[in-house]
Amino acid sequence: MTGESCGLFEYGHRACGGCAAAMAARTILDAAGKDTIIVSATGCMEVFSTPYPDTAWKVPWIHSLFENNSAVASGIVASLKKQGRKEKVIALGGDGATFDIGILCLSGAFERGHDFVYICYDNEAYMNTGIQRSGATPYDASTTTSPAGKCSMGNRRPKKDLPMILAAHGAPYVATASVAYLPDLKKKVEKALATEGPCYLQVHAPCCTGWGFEGEKTMAIGKLAIETGLWVNYEMEDGKVTRVKKVVRKPVEVYLKEQRRFRHLFKPKPNETEIAKIQAVADRNAERFGIDIKLKK
Amino acid sequence: MMEFMEGSHAVAHSVKHCRPEVIAAYPITPQTHIVEALAEMVANCHLDAEYITVESEFSALSACLGASAAGSRVYSATTSQGLALMFEVCFNCAGMRMPVVMSIVNRALGAPLSIWNDQQDSISLRDSGWLQFYAEDNQEAADLHYLAYKVAEDRNVLLPAFVCFDGFILSHTYEPVDMLTQEQVDSYLPKYTPVQRLDSADPISFGLFASPEYYMEFRYQIDQAVKGAAKTIASAGREFGEMFGRDYGDLVESYRLEDADCAIVAMGSICGTVKDAIDEMRKDNKKVGLLRLRSFRPFPHKEVRAALSGVNCVAVLDKNVSLGTKGAVALEVRDALYGQQVPVLDYIIALGGRDVRKKDIRAVVDMAGQGKGDLFYGLRQELVS
Repeated sequence: MTGESCGLFEYGHRACGGCAAAMAARTILDAAGKDTIIVSATGCMEVFSTPYPDTAWKVPWIHSLFENNSAVASGIVASLKKQGRKEKVIALGGDGATFDIGILCLSGAFERGHDFVYICYDNEAYMNTGIQRSGATPYDASTTTSPAGKCSMGNRRPKKDLPMILAAHGAPYVATASVAYLPDLKKKVEKALATEGPCYLQVHAPCCTGWGFEGEKTMAIGKLAIETGLWVNYEMEDGKVTRVKKVVRKPVEVYLKEQRRFRHLFKPKPNETEIAKIQAVADRNAERFGIDIKLKK
Repeated sequence: MMEFMEGSHAVAHSVKHCRPEVIAAYPITPQTHIVEALAEMVANCHLDAEYITVESEFSALSACLGASAAGSRVYSATTSQGLALMFEVCFNCAGMRMPVVMSIVNRALGAPLSIWNDQQDSISLRDSGWLQFYAEDNQEAADLHYLAYKVAEDRNVLLPAFVCFDGFILSHTYEPVDMLTQEQVDSYLPKYTPVQRLDSADPISFGLFASPEYYMEFRYQIDQAVKGAAKTIASAGREFGEMFGRDYGDLVESYRLEDADCAIVAMGSICGTVKDAIDEMRKDNKKVGLLRLRSFRPFPHKEVRAALSGVNCVAVLDKNVSLGTKGAVALEVRDALYGQQVPVLDYIIALGGRDVRKKDIRAVVDMAGQGKGDLFYGLRQELVS
C-alpha cells in the first residue's frame, strides 16, 4: 500500500488479524520516522503493542493513563524545547480516550498551542473494554452499552464532530483520514508534522471484532464508509476546509449490511425509517463538504 | 541570608534555586502564591524554565510526568481538591519512577467545602508511592525542597516526593527564613541527569501493560524503594546539615522526650504550638515531650519505637482521619509500637482549619493521662449530640 514499511512498528504485536489501528500505527511511523516520540493513551493499541516485557515500538514510547496523553505530550514538548531537542511528538488515542475521557486534556493542550500532532484512531466505540458506545459511535450502532433490542435501535445519538471542535481551538491543521487510503494517511501525517502548532488527525479505523466483519474486509469496509458519505476524508487549514475526497456515492445500506453492529436494521426486514435517518447523515455530509462527483448524463 | 518572607515565597525561591526545567501549575487556594511567584520569575527571566499553564491539576501532574520522562527536572504545587484530582497520576508517577517534586500546601478535603488547613489531602495519598515530608516552619518548608529533589533523583530511590506544609498557617505567614544562595544550592544539588529518558537515539518504552506474571514484582520494587529512601534521606539530610548548619538527617525530631512520661506525636506546624505548651507544662512539672515526624513516607517505624521506648503514654495529634477507623499517624504509631504495653491514644484535631492553642495541647495531655482518647478533640457538642 505504502511500499515497504520502515518497520518502526514491529511485527509480532497482539492485535486482531485485520486490525485497522495496527495498520494506522505502522503507517504513522512510516511517515514520522525514527525521531518521533509516541504518547499512547490506554486502549487497544497500547495493550496489544506493549505487553511487558515486549514492545512493538522501535521509537521512544510512553503510556501513562487513559485520559492524559495530550497533557503528557505537553510536558514532553516543553521538556524538548527546554533541552533544544528536535524530536517530533505524536499523541495517539482511540476515540474513547479522545472524544470522551481525554477531551479536557486535549482541549487544554490545543488551546495552549503546543507543537505536537494528536492522532485519534477512531473505531467508533470502546473496543478494549468490549465494545461500549463512545461519543464517536454513529447512529444506530449496536454496542454492549447501546444494544439493539425490542425497544432500542442501538446508539441514539450521532457522532460528535470532534475535528470541528479542534479547528475551533485555532488548530492550524485538522484532517480526517482512513486506513482504507493509507498513502493519503501517510501524506496527512507528514503534513501535520511539518505544520507548527497543535494538529489533529482523525483516522477511521474499522474494527473487525467490534463491528462484526471478517478481518480481511477491513479495507473494503473503510472504503465503503467513504463511498457512502458516512465518513468524509477532508483537510482543514486555519479553520477552512481546503481539500475533500469526492466520491460517486452509494446508498448507505451497502455499508451497513456488511456489519453485525447494524444487523438489527435489516431483520426481519429492512427498517426503512432508521436507514433513512442514517442516509440523511450521509446526505448532510455530502452537502456540507461537497463530496458528490456529478456524473454527466 | 535571613529574609522576612511569606511561606509561599520562601518555597518559590527555594524551588527556583533547584532550577526546575519544566513547571506545570494550576491555581488553587492556598497554593496560588507559589505558582504566581514562579510565573513572575519566569516572566522576568530570573528563572529559565518552561512554564505550562495547564487547564487542571490532573494535567499539571500529567505534564510533569511527560517532562520528567523526557529528562527534565520538574515541579508542581497543589493542595486539597487539586491533589485529589491528581490521584490517578500520583500512582502513575511513582509506578513509573518519575522523580517529580511537588509542594502540597495542606488543606482540608470537601465536602463540606473548606479552604482551610488540615493534612487530609496528602495523607490520603499515603499509599501512592510518593515520599512525604512535613515541615514545621517556613525555614524547613524551604529547605525540604532541596532535600526532596536530592533524594527523589537519587538512583537508589527514583521516586516522586511531596513537600507538605500547612496551608495559611505557614503558606501565608511571614517568618524570618535563611535563604541559601544559588551557588550554595548548586553545590548541594547537582544538575539532573536522568537514568533513562524518552530519546530517539536510544528508544525505550515507558508504562507497559503488566500481566499477573509481572505486576507484583513492580509493586514490590516500589515498596522497597520507598523503604530504602530512609537511608538516602539520612545521608542527604546530614550533608545538608554539614554544608548549611541545618541537619535533616533524622526522619523524626525529639523535643524534651528524654525523661518524658507522656509523648505527643504530631506533624507540621502544630508542633510549634506543642513545643510551647510543653515548655509551660514542664514548668508545672509535667513531664511531656514531643516526637515530630518529618517523614511520613517512608514511615520511620524504628525511630518511633526507639524514641517512645521510655514513655508511659502516647498522644497522637492527627490532622486527618481515616473515616471509620482512626487518624493515619496513630495507626502507624501503633504499628511501630506493636508488642509494647504503652497505650497510644489518638486525637483527631484541627480539621478544616480549627485553631489549636496551647491550652488545647494541655487538655489533650490531661485526657491522655486519664486514658481518655481515640476521639475528635474539641467538638461543639451542641452540633453533634
